[in-house]
Amino acid sequence: MIEVKNISKFFGKLKVLKDVSINLEKGECIAMIGPNGCGKTTLIKSILGMVLPSSGEIIFDNKSITKDIEYRKNIGYMPQIGRYPENMTIGQIINMIKGIRNSDEELDEELYHQFHIEQLLDKQMRTLSGGTTQKVSATLAFLFNPKVLVLDEPTAGLDPLASEILKEKIIKERNNGKLILITSHLLSELDDLISQVVLIQDGQIVFHKSVLQLKKDTGEDKISKSIIQVLKEKVA
Amino acid sequence: MSRILKYVILDIVKNKIVIVYTIILALFSWSAFSLEDNVAKGLLTLLNIILLTVPLVSILFSTIYIYNSSEFIELLVSHPIKRNRIWTSIYAGLCLSMIFAFIVGAGIPIVLFADLGKAIMMISVGTLITAIFVSIAFLSSILSRDKAKGIGVSILLWLYFALLFDGLVLFLLFQFGDYPIEKMMVGITAFSPIDLSRILILLQLDASAMMGYTGAIFQDFFGTKLGLFLSYFLLFLWAFLPFAFSLKRFRKKDL
Repeated sequence: MIEVKNISKFFGKLKVLKDVSINLEKGECIAMIGPNGCGKTTLIKSILGMVLPSSGEIIFDNKSITKDIEYRKNIGYMPQIGRYPENMTIGQIINMIKGIRNSDEELDEELYHQFHIEQLLDKQMRTLSGGTTQKVSATLAFLFNPKVLVLDEPTAGLDPLASEILKEKIIKERNNGKLILITSHLLSELDDLISQVVLIQDGQIVFHKSVLQLKKDTGEDKISKSIIQVLKEKVA
Repeated sequence: MSRILKYVILDIVKNKIVIVYTIILALFSWSAFSLEDNVAKGLLTLLNIILLTVPLVSILFSTIYIYNSSEFIELLVSHPIKRNRIWTSIYAGLCLSMIFAFIVGAGIPIVLFADLGKAIMMISVGTLITAIFVSIAFLSSILSRDKAKGIGVSILLWLYFALLFDGLVLFLLFQFGDYPIEKMMVGITAFSPIDLSRILILLQLDASAMMGYTGAIFQDFFGTKLGLFLSYFLLFLWAFLPFAFSLKRFRKKDL
């Protein structure tokens, strides 16, 4: 579904991504993990069109993303820290995004109802707590029933209840055949969600494996433990 | 585009700083006209206040607003909407809201006190100055990712246009006082929107008589239809060029 072909990215002299290629298929829930500054955010931002790669190309549904922005109709993005204009209300934000999307397709209002957003529509963004802002971001990401979901640290800042709701939603959408990309440092959170793991280090992909394979290779039964073992081996 | 524009305006108009700005402009304008015994003097006082505060508030508020919107802009970019439209909508939103604040604060008393010709001149210049400094704010905030640096650049630019440029012009006048540089001075004013506006209004108020020979040269140029047209054209250029440059950068920017 998404093909990343030989992407490199420089920020000045700093080479953040080094000739990265990866294939992301639908129906998978893929965790991008790696230490801080390893380039995972840059990779995700390249897919979203926020960062323009220095070389290489990204193919979405057989079309290059550099020329046509319409592919973004198929992507729902939930940022790590959502900051919205202070005086806009939740209702206005949702209406604005609906206006931009302008789609006739049926909306997926499951999270909207489960997070009780309808009771908060008149609240201004600056009065919201971090967790509530995350709920708004999550709702917006899922609202348009996109084929691809990009979630940056989705459960950070959410209370246990909301976090559980979101995780169940992620599993449900994965089973619906969507492609879900997650970056997270909370390894223990990932166990029942993901089907593939991509480890990125120093701007390069160390491996891209299915969870089963990873567990088999390391002999551990939890994703968090397997990853830590891989990381330790790297250091040693 | 109007989809974002509407919400950006709704957001800015409710901002406390903009509300305070409107009230202060209103206070200044009403008191300038009420305290001076004739309208021309009132206009002159108001002109000096407007040419100092309007650029400062427009450029600072806009710079801070743009930096504070960076995550929001990122979010918009992840949706199927062109970068051009996002950037232009925010520019239009900031311009329209600041102009709205200016017209409510200063425009109403100006229309009530001054005669129509001068009022139109004053309001159009205030409107253009607002747009120009919002435009310059876009330029200084695209130059650096760092908010403190961006605000610093904005303050320096304001300082340059509001104060330093005059000093520079005076310096030139003194240094080259022995040469016939009056005509050149007309050209030099094109490099500062604030001075351009000031001269436009002063000539309307017939205060140019106080400016001696230079004033007469100015009157010769700016007093004509062509001069007037050219000055407005330059002001429009000032409102357009910095923004156009920032737009070009924004299209290729890594967010």
